[in-house]
Amino acid sequence: MDRFQEIKPALAGDEALSEANRCLMCFDAPCTRACPTHIDVPGFIKKIGTGNLRGSARTILEANILGASCARVCPTEVLCEGACVLNDLHHKPIKIGQLQRHSTDWLMARGGDSLAKLFPPPQKRVDAARVAIIGGGPAGLACAAELARLGHLPVVLEAAQRPGGLNTVGVADYKMSSAFALQEIEWVRQLGVEVKTGVTVGKDVSIADLERDFAAIFVGVGLGKVGALGIPGEDLDGVLDALDLIAELKTDRAAAQKRVLGKRVIVIGGGNTAIDAVTQSARLGAREVHLVYRRGRAEMPAYHHEQELAQHDGCRFVLDSAPTAVNGSAGHVESLALTRMRAQGGQEGRSAALEPVPGSYSEIPCDLVLKASGQVAHSALLSSLPGVKLVRNRPVVDEHGQTSNPRYFAGGDCVSGGKEVVNAVAEGKRAARSIDGWLRSQTKGAA
Amino acid sequence: MADLSSKFAGISSPNPYWLASAPPTNTGDQVMRAFDAGWGGAVWKTIGDPIVNVSSRYSSVDIGGVRMMGLNNIELITDRTPEINFREITEVKKRYPKHAVIASLMVESKRETWHEIVKRAEGSGADGLELNFGCPHGMSERGMGAAVGQVPEYTCKITEWVKEAARTPVIVKLTPNIGDITYAARAAKKGGADAVSLINTINSITGIDLDNFSPRPMVAGRSSHGGYCGPAVKPIALNMVASVAKDSEVQIPISGIGGISTWRDAAEFFLLGASTVQVCTAVMHYGYRIIEDLVDGLSNYLDEKGFASVNDLVGRSLGNVTKWEELDLNYKIIASVDQQKCIGCGLCYVACNDGAHQSIGAKPRADGRTDVWILEDQCVGCNLCSLVCPVSGCITMKKVETGRPTVTWKDFSKDPDKFAYLKDPHH
Ligand SMILES: Cc1cc2nc3c(=O)[nH]c(=O)nc-3n(C[C@H](O)[C@H](O)[C@H](O)COP(=O)(O)OP(=O)(O)OC[C@H]3O[C@@H](n4cnc5c(N)ncnc54)[C@H](O)[C@@H]3O)c2cc1C
Ligand SMILES: Cc1cc2nc3c(=O)[nH]c(=O)nc-3n(C[C@H](O)[C@H](O)[C@H](O)COP(=O)(O)O)c2cc1C
Ligand code: SF4
Repeated sequence: MDRFQEIKPALAGDEALSEANRCLMCFDAPCTRACPTHIDVPGFIKKIGTGNLRGSARTILEANILGASCARVCPTEVLCEGACVLNDLHHKPIKIGQLQRHSTDWLMARGGDSLAKLFPPPQKRVDAARVAIIGGGPAGLACAAELARLGHLPVVLEAAQRPGGLNTVGVADYKMSSAFALQEIEWVRQLGVEVKTGVTVGKDVSIADLERDFAAIFVGVGLGKVGALGIPGEDLDGVLDALDLIAELKTDRAAAQKRVLGKRVIVIGGGNTAIDAVTQSARLGAREVHLVYRRGRAEMPAYHHEQELAQHDGCRFVLDSAPTAVNGSAGHVESLALTRMRAQGGQEGRSAALEPVPGSYSEIPCDLVLKASGQVAHSALLSSLPGVKLVRNRPVVDEHGQTSNPRYFAGGDCVSGGKEVVNAVAEGKRAARSIDGWLRSQTKGAA
Repeated sequence: MADLSSKFAGISSPNPYWLASAPPTNTGDQVMRAFDAGWGGAVWKTIGDPIVNVSSRYSSVDIGGVRMMGLNNIELITDRTPEINFREITEVKKRYPKHAVIASLMVESKRETWHEIVKRAEGSGADGLELNFGCPHGMSERGMGAAVGQVPEYTCKITEWVKEAARTPVIVKLTPNIGDITYAARAAKKGGADAVSLINTINSITGIDLDNFSPRPMVAGRSSHGGYCGPAVKPIALNMVASVAKDSEVQIPISGIGGISTWRDAAEFFLLGASTVQVCTAVMHYGYRIIEDLVDGLSNYLDEKGFASVNDLVGRSLGNVTKWEELDLNYKIIASVDQQKCIGCGLCYVACNDGAHQSIGAKPRADGRTDVWILEDQCVGCNLCSLVCPVSGCITMKKVETGRPTVTWKDFSKDPDKFAYLKDPHH
């Protein structure tokens, strides 16, 4: 059995139809409200029921241009499906994600210009503007697609060789493959989105260049590497950024397998990335997998359903523990030294200040340590943006995605500090609309 | 993009979807919200002398957990005065000049009364009139509604009265509670109707409460028969539309009504000769918003089939609706099971064995399910197994080439001996 097979596979034709007919078509539906891009969920499901799959796909993609990705990677348990009223009536929500996949797959299978044909071509605008999009992740792509649909000329500048950001190199393979993410981007390009890869803004092109060549700039650079642990032994061979292992797995599974097969793995962190590092390691054949987190299970930021997945994969949770050193010999990792942690003086919850419990030293032998304790911001680039106010290394935006420099807009993980693909899409789309509004106000002012 | 705009007996609307005369068209506010949602036209809730309604008015038939497959009502015509209704029609037409607003009318069977209401309706700016000769309860006991629609002479007479006064197109709405609906349609045509609409609701009792023995909907422990509509009535409505459309004496535009919930339903009505459709129950269930898929699905279907407009559909299937005696007795199909798709439920076997022609073999499988196969020389091609099979595309009916010519019952009955082989049920 392929351990990376999809955990939410495609629905069979009959299954999609009977599932669609189970939808009650709620008024002002809670699922639609729960979706950050506000897809008209009952609307697209009804269309599956009537056999209007083209219309169904359009309803989805009109609201969320990466609807095919989102159908696979969204944590629907806490979004649309979590909001479904049938949780009360049947203890079983509508399989909204899989229905969404049914419709978008149907359209994608038609290939070619099926997406471009779905939307009327944008009006030729005399005021069409060139807009630079820094970062080709979900936020940047959604912003670019919406700008193109509005008749503007977006150019996406992506540092990596392949576009898509974490949607391409981060999301667990059993949710979606890199190949699919890239195929979807090819498809989105039909709308008139230009994507230049291998271009790092701040290195290959300067901010001054962008200001000269573009009317407005959208910043969607996401987050960078996982931050340093700041403990001795961190540079030993065998200590890895979990994101690098996940990216490797998604591009070269054999290499990742070689690294992990039969090994004792410790993952440090309590978020969804840590869980992904656990489940991916287990699927790559790790002998044992530990997850080390400095607080308790209830405080873990990872979703409950993700924690269960890790548990199911045989993960041992080492809670209320923080690493103090990575021990090794001959340059290679041998164990992780831990101390127990406790909340200071009666504090509770995820933000309680912690202190080590004196004399609580322990060690877990291991071959691989995966750091998954939170990505850090691209602070060098962000702080070089003229007049863009940052708080905690994140651009501050208003409710339309505009920064303190009116020419700059931002969205996605670099603003939120790390949410989901669907949030990045919603914020990219929102920014595109305000870029359009701002550009209009500029030309009006000039005339 | 296909053209959905519609012209029906001289009445234009942006699309062929009208709301039927019923609660969704009670007020101007509702009709305007419906037009905003995308409806092409609205037939106003029937106007006449205001009535008094009972409380508890609807009951439904639910099938397999799905609500309102059939809806029954004992409501009467509008409970608001003609003044208010006509004033609101004027307002709606002023704001929505491109949409169709039809005044549905029902008054006492007196010539002057009809003349007067027709003039007032037209004075309000309505684009056309629909005569409600169909309401099957309450009003019929007062000599109106179905009491008119069930007697062709009355239908003809009142239509004539209306036509004496009317300047706008007159649509006669037919009741299905009659032996042969073409008689009613012919009477309307004879009286001068510009179009007919069908069907109104069907006499029904939806159920009895097994604890208090009252029919539903219960009004102080009792009920009367009501009018049945919703998805359950569509096949009846389709047949009636087809028979009116095929009748050489009628040949006036048809507005199809009865059980339309999806664009597919609407397309079927068009294919059988309707050129607009009206919807009531589906809107009472889900609201005006269903118009979005009604329009979008139809438009995508027309594009896919390469049709330029709805007119290309109208009546296209009528030639394929024939009398039984004209069907080919030599056309032969037999069932075929796709073993890859079969889930081993055995439903086809029991259906054929007990309910049809014992033409399916079965035996238990090691895993506890049932293996089935078709006994091809026994199968008469009735379709039953393919209808009960829960898996789409698993049991299909395959054509068998017999090499024999087309032989209809007409041919056969003239010379049975010539076609003696047809007497074998497995021919
Ligand atoms: C391991 C992991 C698993 C995840 N799993 C899921 C999941 O299952 N479901 C889900 O919904 N979300 C998941 N997420 C979150 C999701 O991937 C992110 O929220 C989303 O990708 C954010 O989109 P973005 O466009 O803001 O940033 P990113 O996806 O990070 O994209 C930013 C892009 O900008 C580029 N860039 C950065 N700097 C520059 C520069 N100077 N010049 C040019 N380009 C630059 C980067 O190369 C990158 O391609 C996961 C995240 C991680 C880390
Ligand atoms: C509650 C209710 C009230 C109705 N009132 C009227 C009416 O006043 N006049 C009329 O011509 N038809 C009336 N009808 C019949 C509808 O217009 C329509 O012919 C019928 O419901 C079939 O369509 P459907 O299956 O889409 O509901 C009423 C139907 C219902 C359910
Ligand atoms: S739908 Fe319910 S609330 Fe509304 S009038 Fe009828 S019984 Fe009353």
